[in-house]
Amino acid sequence: MTGAGMTGAGMTGTARAGVAIAGAAESDLGVTGRSILGLQAQAISRALEDAGLTLADVDGLATTGVSRFSATQVADYLGLRPAWTDSTFAGGSAFEMYVARAAQAIEAGQCSTVVISYASNQRSARSRSLAGVVEAHTPEAQFETPYGPLYPISYYAMAAQRYLHRYSGSREALAEVAVAAREWALLNPAAFRHGAGPLTAADVLAAPMVSTPLTTADCCLVTDGGGAVVLTSLERARDLPKPPVRVLGYGERTTNTSMTAVDDLTVTGAVESGRAAFAMAGLTPADVDVAEVYDSFTITVVLTLEALGFCGRGEALDWIAGGRIRPGGDFPLDTSGGGLSYCHPGQYGVLLLVEAVRQLRGECGARQVPGAEIALAHGTGGILSTHATVLLGVDR
Amino acid sequence: MSTEAPEPDEVTGPWWDATRRRVLLVQSCGACGHAQHPPRALCVGCGSGRDLGWTEASGAAEVDACTVVERAMPGFDPPYVVARVRLAEGVLLLSNVGAADPYRVGVGVPLRLDWRPLPDGRALPVFIPSEE
Repeated sequence: MTGAGMTGAGMTGTARAGVAIAGAAESDLGVTGRSILGLQAQAISRALEDAGLTLADVDGLATTGVSRFSATQVADYLGLRPAWTDSTFAGGSAFEMYVARAAQAIEAGQCSTVVISYASNQRSARSRSLAGVVEAHTPEAQFETPYGPLYPISYYAMAAQRYLHRYSGSREALAEVAVAAREWALLNPAAFRHGAGPLTAADVLAAPMVSTPLTTADCCLVTDGGGAVVLTSLERARDLPKPPVRVLGYGERTTNTSMTAVDDLTVTGAVESGRAAFAMAGLTPADVDVAEVYDSFTITVVLTLEALGFCGRGEALDWIAGGRIRPGGDFPLDTSGGGLSYCHPGQYGVLLLVEAVRQLRGECGARQVPGAEIALAHGTGGILSTHATVLLGVDR
Repeated sequence: MSTEAPEPDEVTGPWWDATRRRVLLVQSCGACGHAQHPPRALCVGCGSGRDLGWTEASGAAEVDACTVVERAMPGFDPPYVVARVRLAEGVLLLSNVGAADPYRVGVGVPLRLDWRPLPDGRALPVFIPSEE
């Protein structure tokens, strides 16, 4: 199996038609009391089982957040000797980037079956710090850390402040992102806030302030959790038990590590990552049936929706008002409940892919988007640092 | 606020040394005229590292964006303002704005330069609303 099958029949645009996601799964979520590698093994085993494959089929591995040698570490733990690995560190967007690299590696014949995985026990281990992690040799340690920004919250807070100022937006309107996420979580039994009841905009505003204008309810959860997806050639995926989910397009942009490198806080690298992904897929934003957009903070979603072209600059708060992104709305967004109400294990991007796959397979029960054929997964890492878009589709 | 002194390197040393004289430097490129912060070993405008120099900032600035940090972090005493400050010379700095009412600091507020001493004689550039 070289995995180089470029079966382009039926595809539009210049999309690479050769690769599909054949398996997807979550690890245990929430407060697990488990180790990082234990959760990784769980997610990977479940995703392989979902794909109808075994560890012996895996010759490519992409993961991060384990150790300095993340992919190497996980390969060792699983007893694998992969022909291809990737541990690009790009925060929560790494996994959307891995899809691109995995598709390229499979198409080039370097490997045939790639597992993309992640897990964290950050809630059980109490390993998350408000100050984040700043390495002493970086410019940020000299020029930013002395001023006490919370990392990453204060950067997103400044982006929100600038955005609301420029477009005369309100915190209430911004809160709709968190309110809608909760509505979806109420439909997802795996969501951390599944049993928490509805959230109102007033609740979001009344939650403890962290870094103005963002309260704790504007911020994603801190939970354990993980997930994995399995990629292989579309040709091979068609012989596996679950319907293949095709990789239609991808794009990425890396923009900054410092808090002062990006001149305009309201315009992110998702402009270019989205443009590249849509061009490769031969699709437009209007073609997207379900969107899984990284919601580290409420403002992240607003900036990303505009950057990806779902609405114009300065229009997102009006655009999401009135239930558009809630269950039953005409733009189903973050249907798992998102990082805000479902699960946020530090680098959440792998779970965006898992939910997109499940929606395209029609496996989502009460939160299923009827007839979803095209899904978008968009990861954002760091402080609006890294942006990666993946377009997925059913195999028609 | 934290008094831990950041460690300079061979590129940023002159910038930090100038703070002993309470002078805020901006790195600028003699080849293309680009100004940048933080200081680097090359100019991100033209890619050259051969003609990098320093200009003294006037100290005039305004708020590009800001946030009032309310959650305690070790070494810091909330609430305090963290801001992206745009110098008259065009570059952005991250800094603090010391205002009587932190919640009144907003986009476009004019600022003047101030200094927060570090234990070794250097100082951190910080800002105060011009009207205060």
